[in-house]
Amino acid sequence: MSVFEGLRFRKVYSPIHSLDPRIKFIYVIVIFVIAIIFWQVIPLLILFFMQLPFVLLARVQKQWLRSLRGAAFLATFIFLLNILATYISSGFVLLAFDFERAFALTLRFVVLVESFSVFFLTTSPDHLGLALEETRVPYEFAFAFTTAVRFVPVLAEEAQTIMDAQKARGLELEKGSLLKRIRNYVPVLIPLIVSAIRRSLELAEAMESRAWGATKKRTNLYSLRLHRGDFALIAIIIGIIIVAAYVYIYFFASIPAITQFLQL
Amino acid sequence: MVITAEDVHFSYPNNVEALKGVSLQIKDGEFVAIMGQNGAGKSTLVKHFNGLLKPSQGSVRVDGVETSKTSVAALARNVGFVFQNPDHQLFSETVEDEIAFALKNFGFEQEVIEKRITWALNLLSLTQYRKTSPFLLSGGERKRVALASVLAWDPQMLILDEPTIGQDHEQKEKLRQFIVQMQTQKKTVVTVTHDVEFVAECNPRVVLMKEGKIVADGPGKIILTNQQLLTESSIVLPQIAQIFTKLTSLGLPKDIIDIYEAKQAILQTKESKRR
Ligand SMILES: Nc1ncnc2c1ncn2[C@@H]1O[C@H](COP(=O)(O)OP(=O)(O)OP(=O)(O)O)[C@@H](O)[C@H]1O
Ligand SMILES: [Mg+2]
Repeated sequence: MSVFEGLRFRKVYSPIHSLDPRIKFIYVIVIFVIAIIFWQVIPLLILFFMQLPFVLLARVQKQWLRSLRGAAFLATFIFLLNILATYISSGFVLLAFDFERAFALTLRFVVLVESFSVFFLTTSPDHLGLALEETRVPYEFAFAFTTAVRFVPVLAEEAQTIMDAQKARGLELEKGSLLKRIRNYVPVLIPLIVSAIRRSLELAEAMESRAWGATKKRTNLYSLRLHRGDFALIAIIIGIIIVAAYVYIYFFASIPAITQFLQL
Repeated sequence: MVITAEDVHFSYPNNVEALKGVSLQIKDGEFVAIMGQNGAGKSTLVKHFNGLLKPSQGSVRVDGVETSKTSVAALARNVGFVFQNPDHQLFSETVEDEIAFALKNFGFEQEVIEKRITWALNLLSLTQYRKTSPFLLSGGERKRVALASVLAWDPQMLILDEPTIGQDHEQKEKLRQFIVQMQTQKKTVVTVTHDVEFVAECNPRVVLMKEGKIVADGPGKIILTNQQLLTESSIVLPQIAQIFTKLTSLGLPKDIIDIYEAKQAILQTKESKRR
């Protein structure tokens, strides 16, 4: 559940928190795309360390670390699966470079998790909704989206309670064969889904009885405007795109591998 | 079942310290009501009794076994726990399957399972819903299904988190009778509740919690008539106690929470006045 913990917004004030969510989102997407384009360790490592100043500036290092720790399990899985796949497809030989490539692919996943984690940690759901509305997404959808984001941690907490309730009735999640273990989660998933649906219906009724959607034309108390920090981030984004494009066009094939260094 | 908690401290991952040194012993056949305002740490405390939570400091022993050294599933066979919200556990297609779930987990024989289901359904007036989906039942009925699914394996000790919420008077009375019956079988019942009138009718041992600590522990009759103590814990006196505290000038005793005793006291005072 700690992955969700790393996505939960907490109200603090920092230069990163007050950035426009739209610009931040573009930044995340740019990092995302670059991480997908490059598969070498060095550029991915650079991408990884590039997020650190943001994390420190936003003072969310604790939650950020927790989300990375939450991703560690899946990362290990990705690493092992890659090793296994190359091992089988190459006729049961493993080179040092195979490890490097598996590591790079894992690192790619970690970069994706970390940048999204920074985004969600520093962007309030309200801001996000506002950003959606200002990009002309209909209010109903913007609202549904922000509500969904807001309920993620609630759902995670609920999953914990449900597991407790079933354990108290003698359910042992970690017992049996792999198939049995997956089946063990049925008594957890069903109540989770049912209560999510039940809650959403109740939420809808409660909101409608408080006149949700009564006025056709909504106005907002706050509106998003770009500030100095946003322009700085835009500059950074453009810089990143230029450098990445330059490297991609001229040096993509000659990016050295770590294993090459070590053999020198 | 004997439960011994010694200087239990517990903090949630977000560093909320929910228990700040709780010591408590619950003996065989006792009926204990844990009361106190919202957020006092009641649910947190009882979750230690079947090992769902392990103390971050101090120890909890169930029949001499440290909960931190055993699994919930092993403890659950003897310690039944009914959660506050039934929707956190219902998942089966029929009420019958829901009750069978725990019985299967504990490895009961098919025939025994059948018998236990019938018994539990009957006990909680759910027989007509045997083949119904638990999701189609009303809130109070779902709560009873959750209760039935735990009572069915007949644990030595029963922990109930807010069992009376949403129950009509008849069901509450049935629950009370069931608890009395459990006591005669030397079984332990621990209930977390805000329902003062229910506690007054049952007259159990009352443990009063506040801000992660136990502030009072004693017979219901004494604690539920202590105006000052209850006010500090946002609890109002049971109605009968309210009347009797206001009528002490008539020579009526103060420590009365039960209708039967109230009647006796009034008749006695009337007798003595006549003489
Ligand atoms: N899962 C959790 N994570 C973090 N903090 C929690 C969690 N559950 C409870 N708490 C906190 O621990 C404290 C005690 O909570 P607990 O649920 O034990 O109270 P309670 O006495 O059962 O209250 P209620 O009468 O409302 O049920 C509260 O301050 C609550 O905010
Ligand atoms: Mg509670």
